[in-house]
Amino acid sequence: MFLQQFVNALALGSVYALFALGFTLIFGVLEVITLAHGAVFMIGAFAGLTVVTKFNVSPITAILVGMMVSGMLGWLIDLVAVRPLRKRKFHHLAPMIATIGCATIIINVAQGIFGAEVYRFPFDFMPAMSYNFWAIQLTLLQIIIVGVALSLMMMIIFLLNRTKWGKAVRAVAESPRTAALLGIPVERVFQITAFAASALGGAAGVLTGINFNAIHAFMGGPIMHRGIAVIILGGMGDIRGAVLGGLILGFAEIMSVAYLSSDFRDAISFGLLFVILLIRPAGIFGSNLERKG
Amino acid sequence: MIEFLMSFWQTYNTLFYTVLVHGMLALSIYITLACGQLSLGNAAFMGIGAYTAALFTMKLNVPFGIALLAGGMLPALIALIIGAPTLRLSGVYLAMATLGFGEVVRVAFLNMSITGGSVGLNGVPPKTELWHLFAAMGVLIYFFLKLKNSRFGRALEAIREDEVAAAVMGIKTTWFKVWAFAIGAFIAGLAGGLNAHFTYFLSPREYGFDFAVDILTFAILGGTGTFWGPLIGSTILTILPEMLRFIGSYRLALNGLILVLVVIYLPNGIITVKKKD
Amino acid sequence: MLQLENIVKDFGGLRVLDSLSLQVGEGLIFGLIGPNGAGKTTLFNIISGLSRPTAGRVIFNGTDITHFAPPSIAARGMGRTFQNIRIFKELSLMENLLAGMHRLYTYSPVAMLLNLPIQHREEKAMREKAMEILELFHLAGKAQRQAESLSYGEQRKLELARALATSPKLLLVDEPAAGMNPAETEELMGEIVQINNRGYTICLIEHDMKFVMGVCRQVAVLNFGELIALGTPEQVKCNPQVIEAYLGKDVCKL
Repeated sequence: MFLQQFVNALALGSVYALFALGFTLIFGVLEVITLAHGAVFMIGAFAGLTVVTKFNVSPITAILVGMMVSGMLGWLIDLVAVRPLRKRKFHHLAPMIATIGCATIIINVAQGIFGAEVYRFPFDFMPAMSYNFWAIQLTLLQIIIVGVALSLMMMIIFLLNRTKWGKAVRAVAESPRTAALLGIPVERVFQITAFAASALGGAAGVLTGINFNAIHAFMGGPIMHRGIAVIILGGMGDIRGAVLGGLILGFAEIMSVAYLSSDFRDAISFGLLFVILLIRPAGIFGSNLERKG
Repeated sequence: MIEFLMSFWQTYNTLFYTVLVHGMLALSIYITLACGQLSLGNAAFMGIGAYTAALFTMKLNVPFGIALLAGGMLPALIALIIGAPTLRLSGVYLAMATLGFGEVVRVAFLNMSITGGSVGLNGVPPKTELWHLFAAMGVLIYFFLKLKNSRFGRALEAIREDEVAAAVMGIKTTWFKVWAFAIGAFIAGLAGGLNAHFTYFLSPREYGFDFAVDILTFAILGGTGTFWGPLIGSTILTILPEMLRFIGSYRLALNGLILVLVVIYLPNGIITVKKKD
Repeated sequence: MLQLENIVKDFGGLRVLDSLSLQVGEGLIFGLIGPNGAGKTTLFNIISGLSRPTAGRVIFNGTDITHFAPPSIAARGMGRTFQNIRIFKELSLMENLLAGMHRLYTYSPVAMLLNLPIQHREEKAMREKAMEILELFHLAGKAQRQAESLSYGEQRKLELARALATSPKLLLVDEPAAGMNPAETEELMGEIVQINNRGYTICLIEHDMKFVMGVCRQVAVLNFGELIALGTPEQVKCNPQVIEAYLGKDVCKL
């Protein structure tokens, strides 16, 4: 029983981690809390759904399409709402408010196009296969979710730590001004980061859509709250923290539903957020609050 | 002429109520913005105030004034509890914490039996008169006028301009931010209580994130350099949809557009305060 | 007045300040000099409470303030300015100073709401005092202007004026002459001495050697987080270690 819950929690938590990774990446590099990340996630899910229903593609293709569309959307949000603010000195709330505006527009327009109803993937889209290991039952769905989420996260971490591109991104995250002096095309790094981080959000969107088989215009809201809790838990801008925080939240939610009551589920993330602000505001790994603050 | 005024009044008198309630909500977020903090929980505070005040009059039969006071005090108390750990930190933490808090409140309203669950509360006694709202607004305007040229108002401005500089001058930044947040919560709760007693009916869905964005848009459109800005912003955004009915279901997108455009092109909102040169 | 005992500060594995001990006596103009990255501003941040030392103690007027928050340190009589000017740009000069005087006021929120005479009395007295300080810095004529409209040099002076308005016993001044032209620097030197004559103790970081040698009575030299010399300007500028680390030979002849 516990092991089974462990697997469920891993599937849920790895999607949270994937979502939060993009979220924290944008904060770390662009220093913007993008409250449009939930809307980007939702659009990714709809993009994946659309190619599946129209062209009957495989889950992996649907995820790739969702990533592309979300990435483009994230890049566009950066272009119209965040970049103009970057060009001049602004109050730290301004870009956040601009992304709230973007989220509101995207969700409202999606609602206009798709209505308020819940969409589902076709019946035979995901074979209901499952495999048994000892006492645990692994569904194909869970394997795909965990597999895709973990490999995307590992890929991002590899890119950040081992490539020239990643080095440039980390330099910009440290100090855009110094990076510019070193000849790094800072503006391009910002745009690539916005694209990549949003693509991760889109992947999380498609995976969530498949997992719960429910896609609707408002699906970005709940995961936005969780994403916020996760990046505070993990330390703002901290990649490892986001991954670990996402997994922790997934476990906390699954275990509370299994052993307490499902009424608590939506309050878990806020409870976690509040407790961490109370006892360790820099996050689980965090120590750099002093310099940012 | 009198007939015209009468029919105008009949058609639009509820609009006056709404304009005043929205004005109060705009002021409730203004006071946190005035010290550089963003609260996305004011819709939730309004909801807590609305349910508290309504339950006080419905279940406990207390005088209206006491019910309203309770509806203001409970959100303020909650704000103190949330604000104390959150506002020690600079920047964006309050926005994130209040966003999560709003969601918890929405879920709580939907699931608690005392708030009527997803059905909401029906039959709140109609006790709010227009003059109550005018009186509340009058008191608030007096408060903000007095605040403006006092040492407390200047401390808030100093914190908004540069929190670190304010702190090394001896301004207790956390203390001011927490109180500004709590006063904002009180105002939002009061607005909720007053609103509940003229709409008769409370729905748990009214106090979610969309409404928090509405409130934010009031303040941002009007500008946060002076408290008149949010009042003007809320008035415009309350009356405008009445005139532009064709916008219909795209009202929220309009909010979003206003937020993006104003933040980028009119960073001080439509009311700009300029110092003499 | 100010006593630093074995201050150590590490930043992510890097030792920025290494077991630093110093004393600033009452009534002095004390200069803190050293090459870029020597840890001067970090030290100011530790003294004013913006940053916590990894080890060591800060004693101010007999009280251990090492773990105090910035506002409580300010309340004990410490004022400071910043290397990158941090005035309140959207407020007027007068409002900048009145905000600085926040802790000198005594009236309560109730007095504010009830419009009690004490508020008007205090506001009037503070405005007069603020005007006096602005006059000292030759800024009185611009009291109602928006701070942003001032020239760079004037903004530096405004920040100094605002710090003075908090009525500090000790004033920490971080590179006051940076970005000023020679005439402005000259004027500033006079103003610093004048402030000091009024009984304020001043501790300043400055790169302009003429400035330091001209006004400071005692100078401490930092290099890579260590104190390498301490004494009068004359003693310090001919110290071989200082010359090697920082100043170059010709300063000794100045």
